[in-house]
Amino acid sequence: MAKRIVELEVNGRVHEIAASPNRTLLEALREDLGLTGTKQGCGAGDCGTCTVLLDGRAVNACLILAVQAAGHEIVTIEGVAHGPELHPLQAAFVDHGAVQCGFCTPGMVLSGMALLHTNPDPTDDEIRVAISGNLCRCTGYQKIVEAVSAAADEMGRDRPIDSDTLAQIPGREGGDMEQTSESITAWAQGLATGEDLEALASSLDGEGGDR
Amino acid sequence: MSGHRILNSRAVKVDAAVKVTGQAVYTDDMVLPGMLRGAILHSPLPHARIAHLDLERARALPGVHAVIGPDEAGGTRFGVSPARYDETVLASDRVRYVGDEVAAVAAEDMETALEALSLIEVDYEEHPAVLDPHEAMLDGAPQLHAEYRGNVCARVEQHFGDVDAALAAADEVVSGSLTSKMQDGAFLEPQAAIAQLDRRGHLTLWSSTQVPHYVQRTVAMVMGMPEGHVRVVKPAVGGGFGPKAAASSMELVTCLLARETGRPVKTVMSREQVFLHSRARHQFFHRMTTGIRQDGSLVALDHHNVMDGGAYASFGIASVYYAGSLLGGPYKLPNMRYEGYRVVTNRTPCGAQRGHGAVIARALFERQLDELAERIGMDPVQVRLKNMMGAGDVTCNELNMSSLGMRECVEGVRDRSSWLERRSGPRTPGRGLGMACGFFVSGAGYPIYRSKTFHCTVIIKLAEVGGKVHLLTGSADIGQGSDTAFAMIAAEILGIDVEDVDVQSGDTALTVDLGAYSSRQTLMTGHATREAAEAVRDQVLAALAARMEVPAEALSLEDGVVKVRGEAGEFEPLRTEYLKEHRGYTDLPDAPFLTFREASRIAFLDQGAIVGVGKYRPPPLGGSYKGAAVGTSPAYGCSAQVVEVDVDLETGKISVLRMVDAHDCGYAINRTSVEGQMQGSVCMGLGEALYEEVKFGDRGQLLNGNLADYKIPTAMDMPAVDTIVVESGEPNGPFGAKEVGEGAIMPTIPALLNAVYDATGVRYDELPLTPERILAGLTAQRHADTEDGDNSG
Repeated sequence: MAKRIVELEVNGRVHEIAASPNRTLLEALREDLGLTGTKQGCGAGDCGTCTVLLDGRAVNACLILAVQAAGHEIVTIEGVAHGPELHPLQAAFVDHGAVQCGFCTPGMVLSGMALLHTNPDPTDDEIRVAISGNLCRCTGYQKIVEAVSAAADEMGRDRPIDSDTLAQIPGREGGDMEQTSESITAWAQGLATGEDLEALASSLDGEGGDR
Repeated sequence: MSGHRILNSRAVKVDAAVKVTGQAVYTDDMVLPGMLRGAILHSPLPHARIAHLDLERARALPGVHAVIGPDEAGGTRFGVSPARYDETVLASDRVRYVGDEVAAVAAEDMETALEALSLIEVDYEEHPAVLDPHEAMLDGAPQLHAEYRGNVCARVEQHFGDVDAALAAADEVVSGSLTSKMQDGAFLEPQAAIAQLDRRGHLTLWSSTQVPHYVQRTVAMVMGMPEGHVRVVKPAVGGGFGPKAAASSMELVTCLLARETGRPVKTVMSREQVFLHSRARHQFFHRMTTGIRQDGSLVALDHHNVMDGGAYASFGIASVYYAGSLLGGPYKLPNMRYEGYRVVTNRTPCGAQRGHGAVIARALFERQLDELAERIGMDPVQVRLKNMMGAGDVTCNELNMSSLGMRECVEGVRDRSSWLERRSGPRTPGRGLGMACGFFVSGAGYPIYRSKTFHCTVIIKLAEVGGKVHLLTGSADIGQGSDTAFAMIAAEILGIDVEDVDVQSGDTALTVDLGAYSSRQTLMTGHATREAAEAVRDQVLAALAARMEVPAEALSLEDGVVKVRGEAGEFEPLRTEYLKEHRGYTDLPDAPFLTFREASRIAFLDQGAIVGVGKYRPPPLGGSYKGAAVGTSPAYGCSAQVVEVDVDLETGKISVLRMVDAHDCGYAINRTSVEGQMQGSVCMGLGEALYEEVKFGDRGQLLNGNLADYKIPTAMDMPAVDTIVVESGEPNGPFGAKEVGEGAIMPTIPALLNAVYDATGVRYDELPLTPERILAGLTAQRHADTEDGDNSG
């Protein structure tokens, strides 16, 4: 398929890559940008190991096309720690034994970050809901839940939330899981702009014509 | 409590910081210059002869560098047990399951590789398939392998004592069955491999494996290369749990493609391929009869087991032995008979998975203990306390309990769960409490191939610059934390911090180590690490003794410094010497004692390289009967668990409310890691009990080879687990340590079965306990109650 130039803003830097319209954000991160901290465990949105933040929200990078991610702010695990200091959530994962094989860890950390962005004072149940899209086969989740909770303590449970951040997250106020999942789906579907989709369609057409 | 500074602590894992930042390198994260991508063509049929294989169109595709079929791969047979080598890298005459490897390609990129696969033409001549082990054993069933008559890959018959007489004399006898389903390892990292053959003819394979040593042997054997020319390196591994403990066709294909192309080749399994390849938990069909006396003494177990092994032997011969032998403990059981069949069928090959071979057998046995307890009117906890073995006991099949903290485990979960009050208190419909125990080896007593090999060696080398310790081991950290455990052991003995120990592991070029399976590394590699560290310590102390003119016995390494009978001693000349070597440096030692950094530098200056070597091989173990080699171990771990469930009587859905779990690990080298192994085991057991089932269609096709349809527990399915670490002090383990990685899964499934019985009054005999199955059981019970009512009326 014909490639097109895509600008991706990852961890605060803009990268330009040539990507086929069907290239996933996960492939672009791992193969084009060398950001291999984002893992591929299933390629189908089932396991959560490829979780990254897209405009502050935890998403599966395997389910988003690179062209769709253009114009959005992406944070991968490589962008979580600033300088030599670990982010409090990463430090909590280390201190609480929340890391075993480590393959789910980047995605877990980012799902935890997305939660703590919008909910500085989560209950254990809320933490479990927030990481329920991230499978872990090693830990039984307990030490991960403890780590996220400890990070909430460390970051301050009475910390004010940035209202811009909150406004971006659909379904936050309701707290209804089904509603949240519906609105996130709707939001994800709306990720690509009309222009993107047109360009995508035309490049696919072009490909069809070549055959 | 322990008197140790580092051991028994909650030291953070040596690899946690790299993993939590995304820096850890897993096999699929590696890119080598000029690397090609490998891909494998799998059989779509469960049983067929390959009438014709045409690779030419695939070879002609631009971007394709190699296409190999059975002719190129060769017919060398491999497998796990040398007595059951029944696999070839690519199917040479016929395919035996949906997923059997037929051909492979190496191409510039994945897209081209997949297109090349689509251009490979295979004409299959379909054979009748057999998908059920009982049907496979019938006369006239399709035969998978000429050497497995009646499709029986392994048959075990063992009889200890006199089961018939004991059952005849028992006060109560219970008979029943338990059937499970084939299950998947569902580790998060799909298997991946990269192979590179250099101009010297040296091959390096980076692989997501639990057993670099066995993979090295298999690659050398299949490739016809000297073992010394094959190096296997294990990068970070994203979980294994057993299925990664055997060399695979995928690894071998990758090596062959690298040889064929002269370029590095990477092959990565898709999630579906992980399911197709499996080598995970067998499907078990257990039948048992157990007997007890009115006083609660267990008298006999009669055990019959048929296992669906899928198409190849893999680890199955060990699995079928483990399924029987590990019921010898942890209870005093004077009479035990076992008849086990490991049968091949045209399904996914099965092998080892956490709690190897023994999990479902344990589940039925512990369920029957519950039934026997009820029959004689004794509390299930009391029955277990009545029969448990202790240190010094020997089982009827000659397993030696060198340590066994059963009492602490059972009483621990009883008290922490308020068992006695809860069981006798008011009942809530649908609520139930169940308990069960477990038992497992701490390392296989013998290697998989017949050999007097040491099971591991460890090399510890002090950095010549001083202050750093290099620990070299072929052992495999697959996430369980073995690197950290060994760093802690070395740090303890050398009196330094864990951060000062640099562990290099999982590489056959470093040392021999049989790898991460049978829960062996903490005990075995831990022993070797201790020995190596002590050798290094003694060399350093000898060098210092000569310089400081004191006896070596007066010196000790602790808290990062050297002490002379607890004092600083005359170290100034040594410090001056060190400082003179380091003009211009900052961060120089200024402690009021000679530091380990200086001491290790001085030792090098006087003695040359300071290297210590440790090794471990279990002493001769086990009985003289056939199969005694499987199940014997230098030590045994044991466990107990109480589970509370809520069964929705309308929908059949089970919610697990609470789990209290105790495990005797001998001595917790790292308390956090021990808890992590316990909690992870319990979670896996919960998944296997409630959700997990690999499903096949009527033509042997995989129906749910993905993590949406094959359900493992999420964070929302798991309750908090109350973990009780029991430390019985194992005399055969380093510092008293023994296993926790596998044995901890044992009690979960039976504790759930028993809790569901307590909640519903139904004894379930088929896993997993899906809502459908629970409802069917409840419905059958209601009908039975109604009929009873009609009859009596």
